[in-house]
Amino acid sequence: MTILMRSFSVVVFGLTLILLAPISANAAKILEVRSPGGITAWLVHEPTIPLLSVNFSFAGGASLDRPGRNGTANLVSGLLDEGAGSYDSLAFQTRLQDLAVRMSFSADRDSFSGGLSTLSTNRDAAFELLRLALIEPRFETEAVERVRRQIITGLVESQEDPGTIATRLWFATAFPDHPYGRPSNGSIESVKAISTDDLRDLLGRMLARNRLTIGVVGDISAAELAPLLDKTFGALPVSVAIEPVPEVSPVGAGVLKVVQKANPQSQVMFGGPGLKRDDPDWYAAYVLNYVLGGGGFASRLYAEVREKRGLAYSVYSYLYPLEHAAIYMGGVGTKNQRVAEALTVIKEQIGLAGENGITEAELVNAKTYLNGSFPLQLTSSGRIANLLLAIQRHNLGIDYMDRRASLIDAVTMADVRRVAKRLLRPENLLIVVVGEPAGLTSSN
Amino acid sequence: MTMSRIIIAFGILSLAIAGFQPSATAALFHPKTHTLANGMQVVVIEDHRAPVVTHMVWYKVGAADEPPGKSGIAHFLEHLMFKGTPKVPSGQFSKIVARNGGRDNAFTSYDYTGYFQNVAQDKLDLVMGMEADRMTNLVLTAEDVDTERAVILEERRSRTDNSPAAQMNEAMSAAQYLAHPYRIPVIGWKHEIEKLDQADALAFYRRYYAPNNAILVVAGDVEAEAVFALAEKHFGPLARVSLPPRWRLQEPPQRAARQVVFRDGRVSQADWQRSYLAPTRAAGASQHAIPLSLFADMLGGGTTSRLYRGLVVERKLATSAGAYYSSTGLDYGRFMLHVTPSPGVGLGEIEAAVDETITAVLKDGLLAADLERSRTGLLAAAVYARDSLFTSPRIFGDALTTGVSVEQVESWPDEVRAVTMEQVIAAGRAVLKMDNSVTGLLLPDAKEGK
Repeated sequence: MTILMRSFSVVVFGLTLILLAPISANAAKILEVRSPGGITAWLVHEPTIPLLSVNFSFAGGASLDRPGRNGTANLVSGLLDEGAGSYDSLAFQTRLQDLAVRMSFSADRDSFSGGLSTLSTNRDAAFELLRLALIEPRFETEAVERVRRQIITGLVESQEDPGTIATRLWFATAFPDHPYGRPSNGSIESVKAISTDDLRDLLGRMLARNRLTIGVVGDISAAELAPLLDKTFGALPVSVAIEPVPEVSPVGAGVLKVVQKANPQSQVMFGGPGLKRDDPDWYAAYVLNYVLGGGGFASRLYAEVREKRGLAYSVYSYLYPLEHAAIYMGGVGTKNQRVAEALTVIKEQIGLAGENGITEAELVNAKTYLNGSFPLQLTSSGRIANLLLAIQRHNLGIDYMDRRASLIDAVTMADVRRVAKRLLRPENLLIVVVGEPAGLTSSN
Repeated sequence: MTMSRIIIAFGILSLAIAGFQPSATAALFHPKTHTLANGMQVVVIEDHRAPVVTHMVWYKVGAADEPPGKSGIAHFLEHLMFKGTPKVPSGQFSKIVARNGGRDNAFTSYDYTGYFQNVAQDKLDLVMGMEADRMTNLVLTAEDVDTERAVILEERRSRTDNSPAAQMNEAMSAAQYLAHPYRIPVIGWKHEIEKLDQADALAFYRRYYAPNNAILVVAGDVEAEAVFALAEKHFGPLARVSLPPRWRLQEPPQRAARQVVFRDGRVSQADWQRSYLAPTRAAGASQHAIPLSLFADMLGGGTTSRLYRGLVVERKLATSAGAYYSSTGLDYGRFMLHVTPSPGVGLGEIEAAVDETITAVLKDGLLAADLERSRTGLLAAAVYARDSLFTSPRIFGDALTTGVSVEQVESWPDEVRAVTMEQVIAAGRAVLKMDNSVTGLLLPDAKEGK
């Protein structure tokens, strides 16, 4: 059965988007739980439904991959639930399914994350499986080779995917000598080269308690959670020295790269320098982006590119604050004959907002939306647990949810104009086009 | 790596609709229902965990109800519903919702078209008023229609024309159905979309958009009685219309296996699929629907399933292998298999291994422990479904527009509990027949055969 939505929801960087938004019903109810062994988690106790979600993340992630071994963190993320402790792969997966426990791991540029959801009745067994996955993974040859094959197949498939091609080339061009320039899931060659020793080496460097944040939501009290934290995470090293990832700024301002692909529609990705999450102008930039291209059906790009000209189905922009770099990005898909026109309109809009900022009405509307829509995003235990992680990771404070609306409301026209001049410069864009765009060729 | 496996196995669309089927839920929602004098059905699911509501209006009309030659008009109209009315100027609908801190969107499928807003509970009155307004007062200009047609053609390029895998799916649907309109893509054929105009959209709108063809579903921090009163206020005054009977061309009996071979220079990874015409909870041999959900899970639902263990783990022929069945659909359903071969393995070898597995399962049966594991998973999914504020209204909307009743949604867990192994195998034998099937081969280019 096919279901078409009126618009794509752009959840490319879900965590970031959630983080940017405002206030929840549960705002007042966040507890900091400290275990006897010194492990901290944030908890929202919500006993209405007999289940709970645990989300956790270790700072580092794919940026810890060794040179020539890109994709190691990603491969690890595929293997932790493929056999651990006394369970081989089949036994571990069977146990998860018998208990209806949902366990997942993932690696991105800055972190290695995991999630556990379980019915309350199976809580202790679920935490024990998580402990095994983190502390005693088996990395048996069958499972390693199978998951490696799966990843390589995915990489082969994505070689023809215009969106993936555009993203990879954009990051490779913007960050030529930095881990951010290399794809988190690696290349076919690098994934082939990863050994079991590489997996263990990375696991040893990556999973340390000093880089761990935990968010828990659901049917569990603080007193019940505390001992489970020690049991589950207590055996991890307190701290492991890692090489710091260098700070970096994207390069490639003004560069246009065209990749020829025989598709009727070109996929375009554009971007340049953005703002870090702790930038004093963060909230002004957030409001500004909502008006320009982040606001779904209400943004200027939507109005100019889609509504008025019918140039695209999907056009958007977003702030992407990495740990060691800050970028501002956007994308559009337009038929080959009209890509140049779409790019002209987008650059014009970026330039206009850069010079003049936004209107009073747009500022007011943006604030209303950004504050009012926040609780709508907190729609499940897992999503709230993710928010708890993001608040911790960016040091926003346990009272952040209470302060969130006032931080947004405090943004003035002058703030927006200031940050617009800095952020919205069409000449700063690095643009990648994948397709057969009429009249466009790579610069330089 | 369970998640990525599911994505590889079934694709994003299936994931998106997994939450839409009654088979993901339970008799746990305790909906309250009411019918207005003009025939509009109202369903309320109270959930007081957060002060927000989901407000949805589902129309019992979709792509399968389109007139011949007008494919895509249901979806086109869905886009045009955001244009305007005498009260709401063109393009302002979503902006008003946003200015009130809400989010909105809409969707179209074969059997239904839906519109929704997620808002703070004190905005329910506002959005319901706007939704009722556009049920009968839509104003379209020729210019709006022309621009939106271009948008939809871009949407088709993004989803389908840029993607060989999507074009292959289109070809498989067209091969599965000889007569029934499920053979036509929801978004429409390009050459037909290009000719759709204002008159087509308004004709479709006037024919089908009316309170007696709509279902209101509200979930969240509300009291049912208050929602019923609001519904009376906003939708109550709207007049019912005379609706055409909901009848589509029926399939002739299928007498031969069908095959689709799709070759495209843009394909870098070959792929194997099979689709069997299947009953649903509302159509055909519907007693098989719930047993089929369990059968699909045991055959190819995850990492402990027969197909995954056999083809991926033990024989290493494939990197993913899965089965999928959705139990809703007004007229027909499909039972799907999907396998991605390992490097160097041909699709002929894949097909032989799949057929061997199916033959063995249908002949020798499955283990009682496997059935219990699948049953546990499905029943737990009902609890997980309650955790999301947006899942329950979608389940009810999907059910009620595809011939499944509120009671059937609610009785789903009991029915899952009651399924026996004999019923599971009988359902598998009834549906997994080659004469029911379309096999699809997606291949890189013309040089390599199977």
